[in-house]
Amino acid sequence: MGDDLITVTDATFDESVGGADTPVLVDFWAEWCGPCKMIAPVLEEIASDHKGQIAIAKLNVDENPETARRFDVMSIPTLMVFKGGEPVKRLVGAKGKGQLLQDLAEFIG
Amino acid sequence: MPEERELVIVGSGPAGLTAALYAARANLEPVVIEGLEAGGQLMLTSDVENYPGFPDGILGPELMTKFREQAGRFGAEFVTADADRVDLSSSLFGAWVGETEYRSHALIVATGASARMLGLESESALLGHGVSTCATCDGFFFREKPIAVVGGGDSAVEEAIFLTKFATKVTIVHRRDELRASKIMQERAFANSKIEFRWNSVVEEVVGNGRVDSLKLRDTVTDAPSEMAVQGLFVAIGHDPNTKLFEGQLEMDENGYLSLPHAGSTRTSIEGVFAGGDVADAVFRQAITAAGTGCMAAMEAERWLEAKKHAEATAAAT
Repeated sequence: MGDDLITVTDATFDESVGGADTPVLVDFWAEWCGPCKMIAPVLEEIASDHKGQIAIAKLNVDENPETARRFDVMSIPTLMVFKGGEPVKRLVGAKGKGQLLQDLAEFIG
Repeated sequence: MPEERELVIVGSGPAGLTAALYAARANLEPVVIEGLEAGGQLMLTSDVENYPGFPDGILGPELMTKFREQAGRFGAEFVTADADRVDLSSSLFGAWVGETEYRSHALIVATGASARMLGLESESALLGHGVSTCATCDGFFFREKPIAVVGGGDSAVEEAIFLTKFATKVTIVHRRDELRASKIMQERAFANSKIEFRWNSVVEEVVGNGRVDSLKLRDTVTDAPSEMAVQGLFVAIGHDPNTKLFEGQLEMDENGYLSLPHAGSTRTSIEGVFAGGDVADAVFRQAITAAGTGCMAAMEAERWLEAKKHAEATAAAT
């Protein structure tokens, strides 16, 4: 995993995501999910290309079901952007880098 | 400035990556436009039990990672994006990815097929909120819940069996009164006490607000409506070939599959354009057959490039 990604858990979610200075994109993923693996390298690239604008955090739904339930995540990959701990955007399903950059333009413009 | 190449491969499932492996080993330095669904349909499956060489089975995404590594080892180059447009009208074929233009002497189409949706408004509204097309991804979220799988083929039955690991009950909703799935899958489904069947039924509407509460069904024989309470719906009603990119340029059949007019060959209706895998195969649609036809496409592309070069050299010499 790239150095620019943070890992969050049920225990650290509020502190890491709520206390961040930049918007945080949380990637809800799991080991068994093929499309999640597909987008993982793309997220790493976005994290390092847009350092300072957006932070990217990974949350393993298998190990952290509470947070997934709290935000009604029923399908993975789900990508949610949080600002000050509040969800402001939700993307469901795997997308390519171009599409993702477009969807995230308001945060990384 | 376009990038000129010997060979461009569009698609990166078993067909595209096998073509890439063979082409790379033949020093054609292929560019593989992988697409947003890189790795193809196997990226959405769990255990693959029928790919020879893996007696204990292998996970679909893991198998595709190995395919990709093997092609990469011999110099195949990957572009992880969709091809936006192709132009097959001149002898140097064009393929565009965003601003980048590739020009190539030969082209292999291996864009595969993608899951078909029911096409209901309520289905797309609830996608990711109880409606799913990927049992291996999302089954986990339906622990101790009743769910439905719509479809009657191998993938529907396989998903239903997989989902019984999580759900209290899985109802297979099928528009006919018998399954199209293979014998072995049918036997497994009938033997599974958590699986029930709703025959001769189609889904008319997914009911729920922000989550799935029930399905409105219609009986295909009596036309009688009914409602079934479920908290999840998995759609597995088959696949459509990804050929939109080639409409008006390559010949296709009425279902959109590419036509291969020469028996025993992967040649398409345009010379120098070859096709492998599900994009031209409505019959077998297996990883192993896709790999096989991908190999054929690469070998035919190599021979075709060789012949083209020879013809050009001969013409220049006279």
